This record gives sequence, structure tokens and C-alpha cells, in this order.
Amino acid sequence: MSSGVAVDLENITIRFGDFTAVKDANVNINGGDFFSFLGPSGCGKTTILRAVSGFLEPSEGRVLIGGNDMAGIGPNKRPTALIFQNLALFPLMKVWENISFSMEVAGASAAERRKRADELLDMIALGGQGDKLPSELSGGQKQRVAIARALCANPDVLLLDEPLSALDLKLRQHMRTELREIQQRVGITFIYITHDQGEALTMSDNVAVMKAGVIDQIDTGHNIYDDPATPFVASFVGENNVFRGKVKSISGNEAVITTNRSGDLLSRITPAQVGKLAVGDDAMMFIRPEALELAPRDADSKTTISANVINEEFEGNSFSVFLQGDGGKQIKMSVPNLGQDRISVRGENLSLRYDASNAVTMPAGELASE
Amino acid sequence: MSSANLIRVALGAYLLIFFSYLLGPLVVMSLTAFNSSSFPTVSPWACFSFEWFDVLFNDKHIRDGIYYSIVIGIGTVILSVSMGLAASIVLTQVWPKLRSTYYTMIIAPILIPGVVLGISTLVFWDRAGALLGATDGSFLHGLFHNGIFLTILGQSSFIASYAMLVFVARLQRFDTGLTEAALDLGATHTQAFRKILLPFMRPAIASASVLAFLASFENYNTTTFTIIDYKTLTTVLAQKVRLGINPSISSLAFIIIVLTIFAALAFEAANRNKERKLAVQQGKVSANKSGVLPGFMTGNPAAILLVLLAFVVIVLVGTAQKYSPEACKVQVREAKQIEIQQRIKELREARRIKDEARAAEEAEQPAQAPANAPQNSGAFGNVFAPGNLSEEEAPKPDPAPSSGTGAFGNVFDPNNLNSE
Ligand SMILES: Nc1ncnc2c1ncn2[C@@H]1O[C@H](COP(=O)(O)OP(=O)(O)O)[C@@H](O)[C@H]1O
Ligand SMILES: [Mg+2]
Repeated sequence: MSSGVAVDLENITIRFGDFTAVKDANVNINGGDFFSFLGPSGCGKTTILRAVSGFLEPSEGRVLIGGNDMAGIGPNKRPTALIFQNLALFPLMKVWENISFSMEVAGASAAERRKRADELLDMIALGGQGDKLPSELSGGQKQRVAIARALCANPDVLLLDEPLSALDLKLRQHMRTELREIQQRVGITFIYITHDQGEALTMSDNVAVMKAGVIDQIDTGHNIYDDPATPFVASFVGENNVFRGKVKSISGNEAVITTNRSGDLLSRITPAQVGKLAVGDDAMMFIRPEALELAPRDADSKTTISANVINEEFEGNSFSVFLQGDGGKQIKMSVPNLGQDRISVRGENLSLRYDASNAVTMPAGELASE
Repeated sequence: MSSANLIRVALGAYLLIFFSYLLGPLVVMSLTAFNSSSFPTVSPWACFSFEWFDVLFNDKHIRDGIYYSIVIGIGTVILSVSMGLAASIVLTQVWPKLRSTYYTMIIAPILIPGVVLGISTLVFWDRAGALLGATDGSFLHGLFHNGIFLTILGQSSFIASYAMLVFVARLQRFDTGLTEAALDLGATHTQAFRKILLPFMRPAIASASVLAFLASFENYNTTTFTIIDYKTLTTVLAQKVRLGINPSISSLAFIIIVLTIFAALAFEAANRNKERKLAVQQGKVSANKSGVLPGFMTGNPAAILLVLLAFVVIVLVGTAQKYSPEACKVQVREAKQIEIQQRIKELREARRIKDEARAAEEAEQPAQAPANAPQNSGAFGNVFAPGNLSEEEAPKPDPAPSSGTGAFGNVFDPNNLNSE
């Protein structure tokens, strides 16, 4: 596997008139990495990708590809290939002509182009379909043609803008593994954009989580899930229960917060925020639904929550129990299905406990809107 | 009768009137092309004849006019399609706030009367030549006062706007992402234009070209000023109308109508063919379709009608080689002569009776005789009026009735009536 080419964004700010679409982004992407930008729609992901591929120049900051400053270098001169959100296959060209377009503009002969296109078609399991028009392919096939077309240009960096968003769920899951396999085979740097956290977590070496033009956290998928840096990341990635309160005491990397409803609660301070929290601050504590369990009688009150059951749902592999939480928010508990008939009855008051190491506290901030 | 029936009948009547209004003049005009009568008319019908086609093809003015119309048409297509394409692309690139202003400016020539465009083209290039120091006899001076050059420019100034409208409509459906994709894959801007945008615009370029050619071909208002010493079909026809027309113009109209029908048929057939191919490709329709009618005609009565019409035309053209109207014309001429001679006989008879009556009167009142003489010629003039008309209708003034004319020669003298 080749080592691939690194991409660095240095203090990138991108403005459209008065509107700042991306604010002071600093990202170092290692060569050969599968790197994802994750964020809700409209947060500036595409804008960053367009800055990398050269369709727009950042208002401030630099884009470095393989250590070279890309300022003033057009998209057709950069070693990147972009897979567009809508794929942008050329509708009037046959599939093989689409795939080998980069060779055509470079002046390769038709025979050469056909040969390479057929190789790539075999690779994407579409052998023998080269003479079709894109309109005659299914969604997943188009998707793969777009990937082959980009790979045919032999880019150092492949940029993918929500390439799976148009596919149905099954196909999407299949294409995830396929994309990851392709990336490992060709060994080039992939920069992947998505608003689907599942995609980001399963495929990526590293993920940058974005909110309204600002990158909140860059880390591995695992770390982002376990140690979210901000309330936004905590609530956007995966499901999370939020408890608001004031910091009562801090010892090392643990803190106790006082909540209105559940009293004092103990938890870890999320690594990114250690040292940034002081007694008396507004804080938010997050506990994943699967980290909650029914409490035994003698449980420590600092890690128990008591609440009334609103509703219970059976999900196959688990039960979801919804309980009355703070400020109108529901608390969700997820209990694995081990053959129980049910977990609770409606209206019942339950005591739930958690492990302090599974709960994270951080300064209060904006949550992701559902 | 129920009201539903009434509505149906009313609708039928309306359609009938509507289509006769649309197509009636064309049909009548086409028929006049085949009547040997020297004035475009259907009734009275003289002889079925192709002579007006001969007259048309032997008319140097019309031939020249068609030739220059085509030359100018081609020039206008090239110039206005490229200008329109460029203008429409600029429209998509220009700063959004400027867009409506730009659009108005580009579209303005359509609203300006063609006469104004013609005159201003003439004046502008004359001035431009003067500014560039083009002296009489120099190449530039010649060019700026060349009817073909000026007409192409003058017509293109507004036809380009039409072309642009066609292109804008198509461009609105263009995904600029495709151009970006091409650039991203290493294409230069020129390559992206040539390989992506141009193929996408091809259907619009084809329709804009047809539109531009037709608009140029039928243009008169602008052309009449800019054409100077050349002539196009429209200016020739306008001149002919002023000097009096003959059915050769009908035959030209007939040819144009037929060409249009054939073009429409070919276009329709090609379209249906393409659609069917696509459907077959997608496996929606089996490739070997049963049935006698070609695909494009099924369920399209208009197409069937057009095919019948085309068939009639082919038959006509076929018979044109063999059929000679001479026999018929001789017949008509003879019939006319007989009619005229009959008239003359009747007139002679009338005169004889009058003469006798006068002789009898003179015998009674000889003093009145001199006063009666002019009255007689006046009477002849009136009686002969219908014969006068029928003579005009004859294809060629025939010398045959001259024996009669000699006798009544003075009758045709316009002063004859005045003298009364
Ligand atoms: N060319 C542009 N002009 C003005 N605003 C833009 C432009 N492109 C994007 N934006 C704005 O920037 C923000 C981020 O857009 P984008 O990067 O496309 O979001 P996403 O994360 O969904 O890909 C959006 O609010 C969008 O309206
Ligand atoms: Mg986007």
C-alpha cells in the first residue's frame, strides 16, 4: 500500500459576501487516510471540499496537498478528483467514455481508454456494461461508475461529497464496505463528506465534526463517540441523554453536577475539557442510552437517576424505555433483549444507574437540533 | 338535440372554420399554381397545367432572389447562432444583479421595428467605414456597402436575440456541475466547453439554426433597406406584386409548402424512430413490432394526412413529365373563339337590325342622321364590355379574333367613351 499524499488545511476561512461558511478550519489529514467531515446539512462541508478541489479559493488560510500550497492552482491542475453529491455523470456519453474522460482530455487513444475503462469496470463489478448510457444504470451502478471515473484520473486525493445519500439503506450499507475496500486497495487519501454519523464512524480513520462552519472535534470515530468535545458533538453523534446542572465539585478529571430533578450526579470530565470547568459553571452531562441500567436497591445516589416511565418500545435486539427527564426532554434507556417479557410498566417510577466512567461532563453549550 | 351534442357540433364547426382559415389560403394558392389562366385564380378554371413552374424556373429574378436568400440565410445562421450562444452563456455567468439589465439589452432588438434596424445598419456601417478611413473603391468601403454583408449583419442583430432565447431555455436545464466535473478530471475550459456543453446544446443549436434560417428567409422589413443592389426572394416578390403577379408565384408557394411538409414528416419520422430505439433499448417494447403502418403514423391522423398529401405531390410531379396541357389549351382557345365569334355574329345581327331601323327612320326624318352616328359606337362599346374581360383571361392574347377586332377596333379606344 502506498503511503498516499497528505492534505493540510491551515486556518481556512471561507466567506460568501457577509456570510461566513467556514471559520478558521485547521485540519491535518495523513496520507492514505480515510478522513470524514461529519456535520448537519448546510454546515459548510461541501464548501471545504470545493476549496480542496480548487473550485473556490479560501478567503483566508492555505490548502496544502502533499505539502504544496495550492493557491492559484485550478481544479484541473490539482491532484484531486471529486465525486459530486449528484455524481455529475456525463449523460450523453457512454459509461466507458465517462470513466475514461480524464484520459480523453489528456489525449489518450480510444483503444487505450477503452482498455483502462474495461479494467475499472471489472473492478467495480460492472464488466460488460461499458456501452450503456448512465441513464440506463441503477443508482448503485451509477455510484460505482462515478468512483471509477474519479479513480481513472489517478488522483492522489479522492474527494467524496455525500456519495451514498441518494441510495436506499441496504445499498448504502453495502457501498460503505465497498468504498472502504476500494480505499484500502488503491491506498490513496480519501476525504469523505457525510451528514450520516453511521457512515463516518464505520469507514473513517479520522472524523472531523462540523457545526455551522466551525470544526468542533477531530478524532477517531471511537474517541468521538466516547469522548465528545462539545455538547454539539455529544448530541449529534449517536444518541445521548443530556442532564443540565451547575458544577458542584471537581476532583481530578471527575466532577459532580447538581441537577434540578435528579440531584447530584457524578461523571468524567470529557478529556478535551479537563481544566476548563470550574465550580459553579453551567455544565451538561451526557449518558448514552446503553450506559443506563436498572439500579439495585443499594446503589450510590451520585450515579442513580429516578424517573417515571412514559413509554416502552420493543426494538428486537433491545428495549427502549422512555422516561420523564429534565426540561421536557425524555431520558432514553436501552436494555438488551435477553428474553425478558418487558422492562417496565407505564407510569412506574424507576431508579436507573450508570458507571461514572460512561458519563461525560462538559461546559454547557449548543445542542444539535433533532 | 341534447346540449352535449350541440356543443360537439359547435366545436366541430369551430374547428372546421379554424382550419379553413389556417389552411384555406394555402390550398387555394396551391391550386392556382396549376391553372393555366394568366392571373392567379381558381375560378374560372382554364386548364390544368405545369407551365407556371416553367415560368418560375425560367425567371432569372426569382432564381437570383432564392440564391441570395439562401446565401444570406446561411450567413445569418452562422452569425446569429454563434452570437446567440455566446450571449446566453454570458447570461449564465454574469453577476446576478446585472442579469435582468443584460437580458433586457440583449432582447431589445426583437422589440425594435425591423425598418429601424435596417436603416440604422445602413447608416452605422457607412459611418464606421468613414471613421476607419475607408475611401471609395477600397475593400472596406466595398464591404460596408455590400448588400449581402449588410443584410446578414442587419438580420443577425435581431435573429441572434431569438437564437439566444432558444439557448437560454436549454441552458436553464444544464447542470453546471457537469462542467465542473470535466474540469476536475483535468479538462481545460475549452475542452469542457467542446465536450460537455456543446453536445448538450446540440438540439438547441439545430432548432435555433432552423429558426434563424426561416426568419432570415422571410425577412423583408430589414432586408429591403440593407440589400441595396442585390435582391432576395422577398424583395423580388414585393417588386413583382407592385408590377402585377402571375401564378408562377403560386407555384413557388406550392413548392415551399411541399418542402415544409416533407421536412416536417422527416423530422417526425426521425423523432419517433429515436424514441422507439430508446424504448427498445430499455426493453419496454419488443424490437420487431407488428403492424403495417410505420411506428410514427399510428394514432396520428395528421401524419397520415401528410403522407397522403405527399403521395399526391409525387403523382403530380410524375405526371408533369408526360402530361401536356396544350390540347386542353387549344380547346379552351377554340371554345373562346367560338364564343367570341358567336358574339360578333350576334352583334352584327343587332347592328343590322338597328341599321335597318335607322334607315327606316332616316327615310322619315333625314335631317337627324348626322347626330346619330356617335351614338352607335357608344352602344357597341357597352355591348362589348364582357368580351373585353374574357379576352384578358385568355392565356395569351390570340390574334384569331382580330378579324372582329379590326371591325370594332375603335371600340377599345378609351377616348371613345369620353367623346360621348
Ligand atoms: N456560492 C455560494 N454563495 C453563497 N452562499 C453559499 C454558497 N455556497 C454555499 N453557501 C452557503 O454556505 C453554507 C454551507 O454550504 P455547504 O458547504 O454546501 O453545506 P453542506 O455542509 O450541506 O455541504 C450554506 O449555508 C450555503 O447556503
Ligand atoms: Mg453538501
